[in-house]
Amino acid sequence: MQLLTLTVVLLLLTSIGYRLGRGKALAMAGGSPRLLHSLPRYHGYFVALWCGLPALLVVTVWLAAEPSLVRHLVEAALPSDTLALGDERLNLLYNEVRNVARYGMTASSPVVEAAAQRYSELRATMFAAVAGLALAIASGGLAFAYSRIKTELRTRNRVESVVRVFLVGCSTVAIFTTVGIVLSLLFESLRFFQSVSVFEFLFGTSWSPQMAIRSDQVGSSGAFGAVPLFAGTALISLIAMVVAVPLGLLSAIYMAEYAAPRFRAIAKPLLEILAGIPTVVYGFFAALSVAPMVRDLGASMGLSIASESALVAGVVMGIMIIPFVSSLSDDIITAVPNNLREGSYGLGATKSETVKQVILPAALPGIVGGVLLAVSRAIGETMIVVMAAGLSANLTANPFEAVTTVTVQIVTLLVGDQEFDSPKTLAAFALGLVLFFVTLALNIVALHVVRKYREQYD
Amino acid sequence: MTEMVEQTSAPAAEAVASRLKRRYAAERRFQFRGMAAIAIALGFLALLLVSIVSKGMTAFTQTQIQVEVTFDAGILGVAPGADKEALAAGDYLGLAKAALWARFPDVTGRVERRQMAALLSPSAGDSLREMVQADPSLIGATRKVWLPAADSVDMTNKGFLPRDPKVEGARLNEAQLAWMGTLETGNVLSKRFNWKFITSGDSRDPTQAGVWGAVVGSFYSVLVTLLLSFPLGVATAVYLEEFAPKNRWTDLIEVNINNLAAVPSIVFGLLGLAVFLAVFGLPRSAPMVGGLVLTLMTLPTIIIAARAALKAVPPSIREAALGMGSSKLQMVTDHVLPLALPGILTGTILGMARALGESAPLLMIGMVAFIVDIPGGPMDPATVLPVQVYLWADSSERAFVEKTSAAIIVLLLFLAAMNLAAILLRKKFERRW
Repeated sequence: MQLLTLTVVLLLLTSIGYRLGRGKALAMAGGSPRLLHSLPRYHGYFVALWCGLPALLVVTVWLAAEPSLVRHLVEAALPSDTLALGDERLNLLYNEVRNVARYGMTASSPVVEAAAQRYSELRATMFAAVAGLALAIASGGLAFAYSRIKTELRTRNRVESVVRVFLVGCSTVAIFTTVGIVLSLLFESLRFFQSVSVFEFLFGTSWSPQMAIRSDQVGSSGAFGAVPLFAGTALISLIAMVVAVPLGLLSAIYMAEYAAPRFRAIAKPLLEILAGIPTVVYGFFAALSVAPMVRDLGASMGLSIASESALVAGVVMGIMIIPFVSSLSDDIITAVPNNLREGSYGLGATKSETVKQVILPAALPGIVGGVLLAVSRAIGETMIVVMAAGLSANLTANPFEAVTTVTVQIVTLLVGDQEFDSPKTLAAFALGLVLFFVTLALNIVALHVVRKYREQYD
Repeated sequence: MTEMVEQTSAPAAEAVASRLKRRYAAERRFQFRGMAAIAIALGFLALLLVSIVSKGMTAFTQTQIQVEVTFDAGILGVAPGADKEALAAGDYLGLAKAALWARFPDVTGRVERRQMAALLSPSAGDSLREMVQADPSLIGATRKVWLPAADSVDMTNKGFLPRDPKVEGARLNEAQLAWMGTLETGNVLSKRFNWKFITSGDSRDPTQAGVWGAVVGSFYSVLVTLLLSFPLGVATAVYLEEFAPKNRWTDLIEVNINNLAAVPSIVFGLLGLAVFLAVFGLPRSAPMVGGLVLTLMTLPTIIIAARAALKAVPPSIREAALGMGSSKLQMVTDHVLPLALPGILTGTILGMARALGESAPLLMIGMVAFIVDIPGGPMDPATVLPVQVYLWADSSERAFVEKTSAAIIVLLLFLAAMNLAAILLRKKFERRW
């Protein structure tokens, strides 16, 4: 609340700066902007930037540094026997201190109460100091920039260079995101590999992480052989591809080569709806409608199909991916130059012969690239398998049995868990790392193949 | 020469004719297969929508029982002039039960009365409490009130549970079914629009559970996503399209954006957990963190759409602006961006639709908790619509199946509205240069 007030005051000051700067520039030019180097509004922006930017930066830095700084100061004042409790207990204690100070919970001990008191006082004083500093910087910047305004001052160039820095800064967010993903996954995975060997993780065939919740349990080490998960992911993705590739490819061929424009204009957006439906809806549909249907169908044919079978999850995932395959293949098929088609027709081939013997071979690299992209989507897909596939790690190639996947395990390992130091939660990051690199590799190969193919006909 | 041709041509023509027949048949089969593929895909779409809508529509109505409630201070245990707290603590469920018993004065046994009270929802008292809190003078008065029936009655009335107590799965006994019948013939038990489902938060009791909490949580998450990803995405696109020199650095940025667009969404959840929660110490389950994660996820989509829109603005516009003496930035802000804006907005809306339907990364950052209260801001614990669907789908109670489907209907309606807005925007402002 206080922070909001401070921000509003700063923004108010900034807009005052804009008006003052613009007004002064206009006044200096005697009301005719032609005498100014830059338009009056740029003088306004110039003052506003000097006023608002440094002050808001100070507030942002403080916001980022405040929690750890306050914690440091509060802990420094704790009695020494409390400090000797060890990190974990200290964390809990500090959480309680914060809750007492912020939400007025009752403290469990006088130590906590004193610390909470100190916590509130520290935050209040520091906030007052930072607010004062920010306001001082803002008004100082305003006064400085205001005094600098002259008719020949190149305010537009200065404002534009600030905007340019902002644009460059925004474009680096993508890089920071990738770096953040890689570093956070790597860092947590390394901690995981301190307790479980990489070899065992990648090639072990038994997976039962639930054993490792408490360290004093029998068999506490758990088993972290991820091969059953990789196999399960591969099985479900394979089933999905068996559904999606023929259906997607055939619909793409029909749309591109046969369909009348009006049919295409209706059918194509309808197909795209399949891609726009949230995956959680597919998961619900798979678990509640498809799975019982398939199970009953199997029972009537004397097959025993698990209600969380790989088949159901794979088929429903395949349906989800159909529009992905079809729109990619459609683009690639339409990109095949017409003279190939006409050459084939000229030799007397029918349409289907042309498609099968001329267009598909020509489009094959692109289609392979598209299919690889689809595979990477199937591997990373989460909600359908979380809701429709199993939890127990089964090493099987039978599509009627329940298998589990990498993404399912990541979700089950992390949902509802806050501890960051058990191998159980860290294993999720190791799985995430594998997932990230496999999908990345697939994407790079796929994009490379697609690009190479496009260049062929350009 | 001609003779020879004639000699060979008769059998050859026959062969050609039969081969042609086969080839045309193959042609028709192939075309049929293409049509069948499209039909199968669209059939699945229809099956999905029909199954969800048919399962979910019933959740928008709720079986209610109309009783004549006498707001008796004695049963309530509050004095007429009591303050708000005492009013809130009154036994309103007792009031509701007494009103139902009053309809059947000849049922007096303790067991029977308890069974009859089980026809009412355990939360039937809540609406009475709200009435009294809004108007304390009601105490002592008599009103006709529609109260929610228990979910077993609701399910039986909607036909999901058998009406015969001997059939397996029935949850009402003979007496209860008989009372239900009496109430029905008296026109005081019927299905009415379920406002609770629209206006309340999550609950363990299916008659009380609603989607509003999740809708508000989704709203805050998507709002944070929009506020962050739109400026960031547009700024990045403008830089890459209009300013960036062609060098290694910008190549790196482009490769990064393309790869991020294909990273599985759950990996963004892991990033959020490891960075936003563990390093920055932001609260779990907050739409703020959800919005941050979704921002990183949707940013590539928006950047790619915005770049395409900027590319579509013809160079002549830029040259004219520069020729009139504007600076490069002025050219972008005053001419190129306004012309590209419809395209950028369309891409942004589609990105937001994707963010609205996403649930996997949000499971990672704790937005999967059971939260009853409607969130009041982006820092309050909340859940979002797709995660609410996931939570209800996990619930074993029969009544939550229709709730889940109904929540999906709500979610799909929002998505359809957003996509429609994008299509209309494109139709209205699309310009061919």
